[in-house]
Amino acid sequence: MAETTAHAEVGAPAAPPLPADTQHHPVKLYLAVWGWLFVLSACSYLVDYIGLQGWLRWTLIVLFMLLKAGLILAIFMHMAWERLTLIYAILLPPLLVMVFVGIMALEANYTLLTRVLYFGGGN
Amino acid sequence: MTESSLHPAAAPPAEARPGSGWRRFAADWASDQTSFKGVSWGKAMMWVFLLSDTFVFGCFLVAYMTARMSTTVPWPNPSEVFALEIGGSSVPLILIAIMTFVLISSSGTMALAVHYGYLRDRRKAGRLMLVTALFGACFVGMQAFEWTKLIREGVRPWTNPWGAPQFGSSFFMITGFHGTHVTIGVIFLLVLARKVLRGDYETGRRGFFTSRRGRYEAIEIMGLYWHFVDLVWVFIFAFFYLW
Repeated sequence: MAETTAHAEVGAPAAPPLPADTQHHPVKLYLAVWGWLFVLSACSYLVDYIGLQGWLRWTLIVLFMLLKAGLILAIFMHMAWERLTLIYAILLPPLLVMVFVGIMALEANYTLLTRVLYFGGGN
Repeated sequence: MTESSLHPAAAPPAEARPGSGWRRFAADWASDQTSFKGVSWGKAMMWVFLLSDTFVFGCFLVAYMTARMSTTVPWPNPSEVFALEIGGSSVPLILIAIMTFVLISSSGTMALAVHYGYLRDRRKAGRLMLVTALFGACFVGMQAFEWTKLIREGVRPWTNPWGAPQFGSSFFMITGFHGTHVTIGVIFLLVLARKVLRGDYETGRRGFFTSRRGRYEAIEIMGLYWHFVDLVWVFIFAFFYLW
């Protein structure tokens, strides 16, 4: 996966040989990903349109979101063909945001509790 | 500094080294020189910029989560707030859905522009970039429409007719910052499309701002930015509009 592969397209117009570091992949792949992004977006819109609620709604929203984000990152942004060094340098730091989300979720629950207890449900 | 020294091709052929991905990962970081082998500085810097932007948008979304979780007043239902009247019936979230499809279409045309750029097909690449810019402008236009509609309905950063007052500030900050990114992207795309169509990368014409010669990789770097804007929208769509 980490190899910088350069797929040569069959029947491509005469172009100078590509340097090894260029990200060049078949057009078919881009079109397939494009199609999938449309399908996944339609699916996530349908979640709202049908009016699913509760855990099913949230699970589906996050699932479609992660699939779309993964496709964009891996194929459109060529992350799938980058070296591990770049992949980890870029993808690991955002995981820290998840820690931040956890901290702020605790904090928000505490704020809500104090508002309910001391402000009689006021905002 | 000569330009050739900045070109990644001048770096030692790291690809030739044997070993698994992890071995190369360790070797890259321990090499006491360029860590991102085979990646030009322009591309590496764009990735680092996008990483920092991830944190900015991450903070906005975390702030929104905190406000929404801690308020005792019900949060306005986005499905109803962003509904449009079409043919007498109210369709939930329809404008946002159309904006999502427009932005995804623009990502597709951008990916193809990068593809044709590397095939040295400057006409196709340039035109696809112009189409991408058009989709982007369309998106910003629809966002302006949405803002106008909500402001007319009385949404302000400190109040709104439907519920928790934090709704307005979250909405304007998050979508405003994202819209700014799209606008900058459109400008960036138009500038680059002009260069590509004029054949600057064949003739080696120097840039008006950097005085340096460009390469077709500029389209890929532009693409990284544009796809990132789409990527952020995926998260905003999920967390702000659908949740």
